[in-house]
Amino acid sequence: MGTDLGRRMVAGIPALQEPVLEVRGLRTWFGMGALELKAVDDVSFTLRRGRTLCIVGESGSGKSITARSILQIVGRPGRIVDGEILYRASPDQPVIDIAKLPARGRRMRALRGRDIAMVFQEPMTSLSPIHRIGWQIGEGLLAHGLASRRGARARAIELLRQVEIPRPEEAVDRFPFEFSGGMRQRAMIAMALACSPKVLIADEPTTALDVTTQAEILRLIGRLQAENGLAVLFITHDMGVVAQIADDVLVMYQGQVVEHAPVHQLFHAPVHPYTIKLLEAAKKLGMVAPPARPAAPNGQTLLEVRDLSLVYPAQASLFRRAKPPTPAVRGVSFDVFEGENLGIVGESGSGKTTLGSCLIRVLQPTTGQVRYRMRDGASVDLATLDRAALRPVHRELRMIFQDPFAALNPRMTVAQCIGEPLLVNHVLSGAALRRRVHELLGMVGLPPEVGGRYPHAFSGGQRQRIVIARALALDPRLIIADEATSALDVTLRGQILDLLLDLQPKLGLSFIFISHDLGVIRYFCNRVAVMYRGEIVEIGDADDICARPTQAYTKRLLAAVPAADPVHRALLDSGDDRA
Amino acid sequence: MSGVMLAGPAALQSASEARLMWLRFCRHRLAMFGMVVVLLMYLIAIFAEFVAPCAPDKSNARLVFHPPQAIHLLDRADDGWHLRPYVYAVRLARDPVTLAPTYVADNRKVYLRLFAHGDAYRMWTLFPASLHLLAPENPRDSVFLLGGDRQGRDMLSRIIYGARASLSIGLLGVANSLLLGIVFGGLSGFLGGRVDWLIQRVIEFIISLPTIPIWLALAAALPKNWSPFATYFTITLIISLIGWTELARVVRGRFLALRSESFVTAAWLDGCGRGRIIFRHMLPSLTSHIIASVTLAIPVMILAETALSFLGVGLRPPAISWGALLQEAQNVQSIASAPWLLLPGAAVAITVMALNFLGDGLRDAADPHGQ
Repeated sequence: MGTDLGRRMVAGIPALQEPVLEVRGLRTWFGMGALELKAVDDVSFTLRRGRTLCIVGESGSGKSITARSILQIVGRPGRIVDGEILYRASPDQPVIDIAKLPARGRRMRALRGRDIAMVFQEPMTSLSPIHRIGWQIGEGLLAHGLASRRGARARAIELLRQVEIPRPEEAVDRFPFEFSGGMRQRAMIAMALACSPKVLIADEPTTALDVTTQAEILRLIGRLQAENGLAVLFITHDMGVVAQIADDVLVMYQGQVVEHAPVHQLFHAPVHPYTIKLLEAAKKLGMVAPPARPAAPNGQTLLEVRDLSLVYPAQASLFRRAKPPTPAVRGVSFDVFEGENLGIVGESGSGKTTLGSCLIRVLQPTTGQVRYRMRDGASVDLATLDRAALRPVHRELRMIFQDPFAALNPRMTVAQCIGEPLLVNHVLSGAALRRRVHELLGMVGLPPEVGGRYPHAFSGGQRQRIVIARALALDPRLIIADEATSALDVTLRGQILDLLLDLQPKLGLSFIFISHDLGVIRYFCNRVAVMYRGEIVEIGDADDICARPTQAYTKRLLAAVPAADPVHRALLDSGDDRA
Repeated sequence: MSGVMLAGPAALQSASEARLMWLRFCRHRLAMFGMVVVLLMYLIAIFAEFVAPCAPDKSNARLVFHPPQAIHLLDRADDGWHLRPYVYAVRLARDPVTLAPTYVADNRKVYLRLFAHGDAYRMWTLFPASLHLLAPENPRDSVFLLGGDRQGRDMLSRIIYGARASLSIGLLGVANSLLLGIVFGGLSGFLGGRVDWLIQRVIEFIISLPTIPIWLALAAALPKNWSPFATYFTITLIISLIGWTELARVVRGRFLALRSESFVTAAWLDGCGRGRIIFRHMLPSLTSHIIASVTLAIPVMILAETALSFLGVGLRPPAISWGALLQEAQNVQSIASAPWLLLPGAAVAITVMALNFLGDGLRDAADPHGQ
């Protein structure tokens, strides 16, 4: 084993590309009673100094377990069954087989953090809430005996400066809750880099972040890698990110490697059908390949929103000081025409979900009008209707939720879930109801016999189809879809969007599609409204917004979207000189 | 979409949430064990008259502090070995030096029989019977498998009868608590706002009251001349007066969490009325959690009853409960000479542990992600 590593080094591979970590035939299985789940099944790859290997795959494909196996932090009942994880800090040092070390042993502990460091997905939960940032960054140094208490603090400040946190001398004494998500992820990276590791494992480090923050973090990792010669293992499900940062790519599917190739080869000459499917899905929802959806033929106005605002009132109680009122939506106006899809795009906290909830009156707007033209031609103001008067409106105005796992009552069968709106509105019952439910299931591409099953038996994409069937049950005219595809894998996103587009002309639907994902919006919507801090900064045809934005914020948003093509590496910005 | 791929083995696909919870529970060995023990305890309590070897108040002044007897299963007779359970009788004698009463072995065997006729009783006070699960063949003999007390009464029979009061007080107390807890917790969680504020402050006030003195004061205020039955019900009320607050908080927390679930929002948008949302959508999701909380609340009730009765302000003799039985073990002298007087305490400990195992298992099964 050691000889193989040695031979390659003798063969004169450039120093910057010497292998640091070599994984061979790794198998990590989860023993669950009689069922053995092969989470990672025969995975091999090599990490080289200064290079980035991306592992890409859907949720459940085993990419995170692979990363966790390297650090031996797979939770029970998972265990490494077979394989070698060969680590060598530098060519003149002995090779260590990490897979053979006891997980809780001293030698494994010595490697974690000092040689191999990890950045986790969720910056909100991976920092200790009760310790100061500086202490958490320095903890690794102290634990490995690399610095004194004072030295650790100095190093923490230096690291915070490196990860571009403003005023590091002050930030070092802050608590995580005082940081935004992007700042926390920077702090996490500083923590990972504290002991100057040779290998950085980043497990979906930008998935929880906004696209503009994601671009900054990716840029930061790229810069630190170039400065320190890190070997980076980057796990992501986003082909755009892969195209922007990877040198080599490993595509995983159900625990196995289906394709392993340099990034250009993978994107331009993919071999495995799954890789091709992934790339097609990414391209379809990308910002380049298919033209944006054209403007819809002019229909009648369906919804007229005028000067809508929602202000969360000042919260005062007996013992708490009043907080100032917080506006979530400020003075928003737009129209929705019959038969068109309006996209609302923005980052988290921009008020897009709040706006959607105001339109359907899950939330009560503070001021403004939402004039809706009913099927019979009557015009109503949704903003002021009372509960009883809303019921007929809710039969025409439906909602699709973000999380298909939370949107279905786990204690009702699929048929009951879909039939619920028909039943409680006294539209249908008995055999007629059953027939209609079967028809709806057919519409969303599910066989009728699944009606008797409970939601837990379905995957995310199938559940979203069920949610759509429920939304369609009452023959709606306008559907508000709030991040309806965000919780789904990329290959499923396209399918769900196509399903909706397919149903649209048949059923005469209009959509308000709320999303943070510009690619999805561009694919699905005729017109786009860009929201920022509760206001609509720009609204127009999808093609205009995506190709010729006029507002600075829209331009910034568009520039931050990673293009799914390694030839266009604009994200990491000029000056990126890697091959 | 590439066909319909469903998650999990075929049998699980059409399983309801309750069935999944049961399957998860079955994987929890300790909880299964707890459930078996608890069921056994309650069965014993229900059929106390039949299970107990003799009447709990049959006293015998000549058999005071009778030591426990071990059961021998195999009996050697002239024609070989027989499966015929028996105990060796003992005889009360005086120590010739100190004149203290001691029991000396007597080689006479007292044969026991399953389903033997012994002391007469009225089953559930309804119909007369005399069948016992295990009793001496000769009704005139007596057997003390767990020893005898100060008045020569059989501890085993008394513990079995005591289970009836102690275990049912747990159930009744929890039923009271549950009613109060669901009503107030549900109101608090569903309505929110001022109602929530008021109910929460009341709960905090009740929780802040020192429990034992309040119980003592309330229990001591019960008139001495009340029937044991009336005392019993009042005691359950007193105990559950404190217990409901915990359940109310659990229910409120679940209601608040559920209220923001999108399937509840979806139900509202589907046109469901308030009643249907509560009873069709929210309560079914709560039941499993409530069952688990209730199981964990029963031991608290049992311990409270034991404590009160032990202190002499709960159930008083001649009523039999584990706490009342433990009153006998209040002085050191009797424990020194007859340590088996502490056995009702063991019964309490076993029951409470088993209920806790069961409750933990149910809670984990109800909420597999919240462990």
